[in-house]
Amino acid sequence: MNNTANISIKEVSKSYQDNIAALDQVSLEITAGELFGLIGPDGAGKTSLIRILATLLLPDEGVASLNGWDVRKDYRTIRSNIGYMPGRFSLYQDLSVEENLHFFATIFGTKVEENYDLIKDIYDQLAPFKKRRAGNLSGGMKQKLALCCALIHKPVVLLLDEPTTGVDPVSRKEFWDMLGRLKAKGITTLVSTPYMDEASLCDRVALIQKGRILDVGSPNEIIDKYKHPLLAVRTDDMYRLINDLRTFDFTHTVFPFGEYVHLSLIQTVWPEVIASYLLSKEHTGLDIQAVKPTIEDAFMELMI
Amino acid sequence: MEYAISANGLTKKFGAFTAVNAITFNVKKGEIFGFLGANGAGKTTAMRMLNGLSRPTAGEAQVAGYDVYRETERIKQHIGYMSQKFSLYEDLTPKENIHFYGGIYGGSLSFLKQKSKELITELGMEAYANTLVKNIPLGWKQKLSFSIAIMHQPAIVFLDEPTGGVDPITRRQFWEMIYKVANEGMTVFVTTHYMDEAEYCDRVSIMVDGRIEALDSPGNLKKQFKAETMNDVFLKLTRP
Repeated sequence: MNNTANISIKEVSKSYQDNIAALDQVSLEITAGELFGLIGPDGAGKTSLIRILATLLLPDEGVASLNGWDVRKDYRTIRSNIGYMPGRFSLYQDLSVEENLHFFATIFGTKVEENYDLIKDIYDQLAPFKKRRAGNLSGGMKQKLALCCALIHKPVVLLLDEPTTGVDPVSRKEFWDMLGRLKAKGITTLVSTPYMDEASLCDRVALIQKGRILDVGSPNEIIDKYKHPLLAVRTDDMYRLINDLRTFDFTHTVFPFGEYVHLSLIQTVWPEVIASYLLSKEHTGLDIQAVKPTIEDAFMELMI
Repeated sequence: MEYAISANGLTKKFGAFTAVNAITFNVKKGEIFGFLGANGAGKTTAMRMLNGLSRPTAGEAQVAGYDVYRETERIKQHIGYMSQKFSLYEDLTPKENIHFYGGIYGGSLSFLKQKSKELITELGMEAYANTLVKNIPLGWKQKLSFSIAIMHQPAIVFLDEPTGGVDPITRRQFWEMIYKVANEGMTVFVTTHYMDEAEYCDRVSIMVDGRIEALDSPGNLKKQFKAETMNDVFLKLTRP
């Protein structure tokens, strides 16, 4: 058996009792060894898709396979060969760090020592706390332990459901650094996140909203499809600025973007024209500059 | 200048552990103030003192003009609070939630009837008026929570990680609601883990191990730390 695996999803649909489609004809091909991001807000269908791949949920329609194993027929093989980290912390809170790790190694029929090289980087950071109960770890430490437990049987595919939600920026960065190192070891990883800025850390991403895939590609490919001229604008009165830009003749969309407002236009307009419009509305402290779209601009363009 | 919040040497100890270590800062009226820090840096403890929920060990602070030692009940009447984790009763409808919270703050029945109609129209959520909150999409819930948190027209609203997990358009609609109330003079105090969110604030403070290590506008902080984004500022400050 090779140590990398592709993931194939063809026209998968799933709905729950309320008949609203959680997944609507979703198709995706994830290449062996890829670090692939599934990016979308809460309720987009990310968890449903990951649970189908983890064989915890059956699709209503469509087929899905990991490394050629079918999620319906080969669920036993899949379960013993993938690592899965659910969105909610699911380790034993009353067991210590090392007890959790040994427990997961044992149920997968292996020993911690056997694949220790795979988790060494991560476990080294946890080692000072190995006698501490999992329930008493900080959020970032819990995530690291959960990742160790998901890796301990050397899975060919890693499925991570929102591993960085609610985690502070330092722990988040450390977590993504770890995923980068796992990629170098050839593990195919599917990771979901509601945070658009994490897209740039993936090889390719799928943008998902209301059970449908809006777009798939490398972050740069997706951004390159954004065709509207885009400007970052700020003045001393941001709230009034947003409202005034909405009534400007050449406006396509207006979205607040931190210190600036992103103004997309229906056609190219000289910045001087926008400046004189804003001056006529008595704005002060004008700052207008052309900017490159981000993945969030692209996502919003696909939503409207 | 009169401040919405002013803290001077505010400290909280739990036994030998100093969770908040002599923080000093002022928040101007109508300002959007971001309160940042890593997990365990002391943000929640500091915020609980400012909300009148936890008695400081030392130092002083006034919130909406009231003292955090002697006038905690006054503070609670003059602030609003919204958290991502819990703000609405899931088994009540939006209308019922509005009546419940408005009732707690002493609104009369006729006021509540009028207010709930107004709020629901303003938010454009007539279709969900009689749906249980647990069955309403997250984005709507957050906009509703915010509206309810400011229904009694507090001087200051505290937002505890308000926009996690919502889609980018809804998130921006939420920030526009924040801009609107700040523009009308309400002070907004917001905690978040997401640094792009910090860029919406007029000024932000960053806590590290119980102390405020940086406080300025996002633009000035980026200059000061020679960083491209607030995320880089945060990492430079908190990573040894």
